[in-house]
Amino acid sequence: MDYSIPTINLSVIGPEIIILLTAVSVLIIGLFPNYRRWSISIVFIGIIFAFYDIYYLWNLNQVGFDGMVLADNFALLFDIIFLIGTLLTLLLSGNFINQYIRGTGEYLSLILFATLGMMLMASTNDLIVIFLGLETLSISLYILAAFRRSREDSLEAGLKYFLLGAFTTGFLLYGIALIYGSTGTTNIYSILNFLKDGSVEIGILFYIGMILIIVGFGFKAAFVPFHMWVPDVYEGSATPVTAFMSAGVKAASFAVFLRLFITGFSPIISQITGILAVLAILTMTVGNVIAIVQTNIKRMLAYSSIAHAGYILVALTALSRNIESEFSAASIMYYILVYTFMNIGAFGVVIYMEKSEEEVLKISDYAGLGFKKPFAAICMTLFMFSLAGIPPTAGFMGKLYIFSSAVESELYGLAVIGVLNAVIAVYYYLRVVIFMYMKEAVLDFSYLSARPVMALSLSISVGGIIYLGIFPQSLINLLTNIL
Amino acid sequence: MVPLNYYLILSGILFVIGVTGVLVRRNAIIIFMSIELMLNAVNLTFIAFSRYLNSIDGQIFVIMVMAVAAAEVVVGLALIIAVFRIKETVNVDEINILKW
Amino acid sequence: MEFILFYIFGFIAVVSALLIILQKNPIYSAVFLILTLFSVAILFLLLNAQFVAAVQVLVYAGAIMTLFLFAIMLLNIKYEEKAFSKLANLKITGIFVTFVLFIEFMYMIFLRKGLGIAGNISPEKVAEVGNVELIGKILFTKYLFPFEVASLVLLVAMVGVIVLAKKKF
Repeated sequence: MDYSIPTINLSVIGPEIIILLTAVSVLIIGLFPNYRRWSISIVFIGIIFAFYDIYYLWNLNQVGFDGMVLADNFALLFDIIFLIGTLLTLLLSGNFINQYIRGTGEYLSLILFATLGMMLMASTNDLIVIFLGLETLSISLYILAAFRRSREDSLEAGLKYFLLGAFTTGFLLYGIALIYGSTGTTNIYSILNFLKDGSVEIGILFYIGMILIIVGFGFKAAFVPFHMWVPDVYEGSATPVTAFMSAGVKAASFAVFLRLFITGFSPIISQITGILAVLAILTMTVGNVIAIVQTNIKRMLAYSSIAHAGYILVALTALSRNIESEFSAASIMYYILVYTFMNIGAFGVVIYMEKSEEEVLKISDYAGLGFKKPFAAICMTLFMFSLAGIPPTAGFMGKLYIFSSAVESELYGLAVIGVLNAVIAVYYYLRVVIFMYMKEAVLDFSYLSARPVMALSLSISVGGIIYLGIFPQSLINLLTNIL
Repeated sequence: MVPLNYYLILSGILFVIGVTGVLVRRNAIIIFMSIELMLNAVNLTFIAFSRYLNSIDGQIFVIMVMAVAAAEVVVGLALIIAVFRIKETVNVDEINILKW
Repeated sequence: MEFILFYIFGFIAVVSALLIILQKNPIYSAVFLILTLFSVAILFLLLNAQFVAAVQVLVYAGAIMTLFLFAIMLLNIKYEEKAFSKLANLKITGIFVTFVLFIEFMYMIFLRKGLGIAGNISPEKVAEVGNVELIGKILFTKYLFPFEVASLVLLVAMVGVIVLAKKKF
């Protein structure tokens, strides 16, 4: 048996290598107390280099490691989304770092490892690497959720996330095993060729495998009925970690869904449109209805993030109905990017409001914020408007694109239910705004001091949602041509 | 040669027993062992397919699953021990200050 | 002969798997899990996967289960009276879900159509070249990248455990 080492084209995984080197060097620098304060700067330099490398790789469509790794524009776009999420999260973590970490590098490197896992998931062509990337991401997040390990709620969040996450990993793996059995390969393009070829009949093994894979990633992306962990884990984790989790994990799961649906499963994906539609309706409705009764802002944002997974799922359903539709895919990517900005932004204001020891998390605590801290209140108002889908924010354009993609695929009922849900959601988002501007303050906000770094992160998010909301067309054009 | 279906049924039974353990038991360590049982049932499926497809890719997947399982076990047991140090219990019904 | 071995070890695997979830004391559960893993390893041997069988015994039954036993002893859990869920409806849901899943799997297995595209690693070839050599070759050529990523997963786990276990921040 002759064999040869595959051509190792390291430039394909350039961004991944840069992030890995950054994570490892932060760990090593943590050993030297005199140099620890440089670690955060190293992280930012690393992320900037990674951005530059993505810019360099753009449009080159490189393939490496025997077709195992892809650096097509789709993967690079998701790399950009993940890195934006990481950057915004790290800008918001200053207080958390000072309070809990005191300079050692584990927090920073675990965040970077999680980002690396997401990037691997988006930029591969083989289920085996998707699985390994998912585990890199999940294991980092189990630890990050439990990071404040002197606190009961944080440990509880970590343990719950871990037990349920490992449980669904079992289902995901069973699904991959069935796909492997029914096609003889784990490579997504080979699966596509197998399905197109049609010489072997596609049996029930394949369908059940596909559904188990959707269950596995649906758990990570918080689809109802696999959402039970979301509010608990979001509430128990430190808020910067929650912000990171809510945006990044969802983006990574949808990246995998898009990759699988558009290439691997595309010949038969229209047969599960019904299942996806039911999931979408359940996810939107349950998320929005339960969010109405929440009094804790982190739990409210957790249920709202479930509802947003539902909106993205509407576009995914539309895509499965009409797999050629580049507009549906573009609307998913647009929404994920917008969601990253607005959700991390909203959590950013929550982080700003937290006191050092006790947390200020009731929605009623935000009463009167509008007059005492106008900048934070304006940011929060814009994020709430964007999450609710009120123009001129990007959240409005995102919802518009998603529902019109559903209409384009002739899923009128789904579009109507989606719009109704968006109307329900306006109530609980605007409640926060009403508390901020129309109620007397119950808290003395004097403990809030100006935090320039945090303000920078909030400004970037606000800029993102306003810019994308007013000038969406160029981005949509770019996204439509990406596939 | 033993037919493939025999192996698939066996691994299906093992997987389902693991799922039952996760859903019915309340001791975090036993839940975790049930998850390991599920992963092992999946490994058996992979190996059986790999044998009957005359392909070796399934065995590589199993090796990766084992590496990941080892990593998960280490992290999981560390989490369970950290919870035990504070709460003095590993019963998931009593670990409930966040409502489910 | 193959049939007899399959029946014996399949039976042991199922029975000890059931005993894992029926035992109150976690130590017994761990011992039965070792037994299950061992019988599954023998099934791997029947399926011509010698290397994976060896790894199963060394890594799973050896290293991972030792870790479990260490953890159980470290926790010194008195086995509780309420080992099972006290929420009766959760238990019923659990059994119901299990039942549905079981029916679904059996349905799937009996109604399945043909398998996928077969490879070229026939048992004769395995006998001629050797399982370990085949795995080694493919692991360092086609699956080189996943192999590297697996090391990343282990690194993350290492960092994570240190975070959870070190004395103070």
